[in-house]
Amino acid sequence: MAVKVLIPTPLQKLTNNQAVIDCEAATISELLDSLEAACPGIKARLCDESGSLRRFVNFYVNSEDIRFLEGPNTPLKPGDEVSIVPAIAGGC
Amino acid sequence: MSTAAAPAPLTTLARVRHLRCRECGAEYEPVAKHVCELCFGPLEVGYDYEFLRQTVTRESIQGGPLSMWRYRAFLPVESPQPIDLGTGLTPLVRAERLGRRLGLKRLYIKNDAVNMPTLSFKDRVVSVALTRARELGFTTVSCASTGNLANSTAAIAAHAGLECYIFIPADLEAGKVLGSLIYNPTVMAVEGNYDQVNRLCSEVADRYGWGFVNINLRPYYAEGSKTLAYEVAEQLGWQLPDQIVAPLASGSLFTKIYKGFQEFVKVGLVAERPVRFFGAQAQGCAPIAQAWAAGRDFVTPVKPNTIAKSIAIGNPADGIYALDIARKTQGEIQAVSDAEIIAGIKLLAETEGIFTETAGGTTVAVLKQLAEQGKLDPEATTVVYITGNGLKTQEAVQAHVGHPLRIQPQIASFEGALERARTLERLDWQEVAI
Repeated sequence: MAVKVLIPTPLQKLTNNQAVIDCEAATISELLDSLEAACPGIKARLCDESGSLRRFVNFYVNSEDIRFLEGPNTPLKPGDEVSIVPAIAGGC
Repeated sequence: MSTAAAPAPLTTLARVRHLRCRECGAEYEPVAKHVCELCFGPLEVGYDYEFLRQTVTRESIQGGPLSMWRYRAFLPVESPQPIDLGTGLTPLVRAERLGRRLGLKRLYIKNDAVNMPTLSFKDRVVSVALTRARELGFTTVSCASTGNLANSTAAIAAHAGLECYIFIPADLEAGKVLGSLIYNPTVMAVEGNYDQVNRLCSEVADRYGWGFVNINLRPYYAEGSKTLAYEVAEQLGWQLPDQIVAPLASGSLFTKIYKGFQEFVKVGLVAERPVRFFGAQAQGCAPIAQAWAAGRDFVTPVKPNTIAKSIAIGNPADGIYALDIARKTQGEIQAVSDAEIIAGIKLLAETEGIFTETAGGTTVAVLKQLAEQGKLDPEATTVVYITGNGLKTQEAVQAHVGHPLRIQPQIASFEGALERARTLERLDWQEVAI
């Protein structure tokens, strides 16, 4: 069983309008490469020139922000749900 | 209700140029979109300031409605009849007693605890968001809220006849839950903290196509906070204050007060003047204050644990911009404990007759801390933004206020109680004196 990835609207042009993608990956870093293989161009949108995750995009594994886990090295197991969510939302 | 004698030609095309990414500068049509497709940066409304400079005057503003809509030219809507429940134009109170207590000679309270219709500054942002939502064709609106925004969205949606879904953390204060339910929206109480509610709503917004005031309508919504700057400038006799203190949750309010002052300077309505920006957070959720103290220009998220629920955002969207503004205006960002927040609520109530909620307690407590540290110029015009009403968060202070003296309907019973009360008061004073 693969990892389920929820794709936000701004990236769905790169996923053929798919809101959910199944991926094989053992960490968030691997997930980025695996996504790139399936949807070319997507990694450049999620990472800056140095390869770090952009500061305005948040990743959650089973609803937990990866910054509270192990960041890009956060391990993934089959059945996990990864949400990619623009950071800019909410509050006032 | 007064109206402008000769309405300026206020079409969106004339004034609102575009949505523009604050990070990479990419431009978009003014639709329901809040993040840049290229870099995920926040989108901001860009205006034609030259047009505004030529068409807006102090007189044209003063001739407008007695609400925030007198500043309609600076707001991203095109409707000739925006949704107006008398929101804004709240009192700017000269706070002499609190000022004396803190050693500040020209202290003012911008009192949005009495903003209409739901007693918090959120009515400003929601009025703009729902006016724009209607223009963009939405019939269902929604929000992720810590309570005040829920109240406001539910009320103003009811007034506008829009279907409404509210998402809140399940542990909110009872007054804030009731204060939404009364308008009969569908309320989802999410078992999680605000940041989790927010993430869920981002996903719901994607899937359902509703108008979420603080997600896909956020560029418009956030602009409503600028009216807190415009009003203060107008109420001070068309000039800017020297220093302001405001609460920080996502940091958006702070950045929009800054933008509002800048815009008034840019179009020639007020003279340029440096305004120092001071931000207030609760220690139990102080990601921006922690970044400030550590000298960082990025914000590490935290898990909130504070009574100041209305500002308990552990993952603040505009945190980095708030840091930037505090830095470039020679301001500061500080945090206070829950005990200090309660003391702040009581201090404002006892000195100024204004009952604020926990966010206001946080702001007053930080004001006091800054004054005691000598960080504020005591001679300068200082404005403190009080953004919400204490009647909504009674749980926070319930155990910290006195109780009524229960007496019989007889003069002897009254006099006995009065004597006891006066003795207690004397003891209190002795304690203070010690």
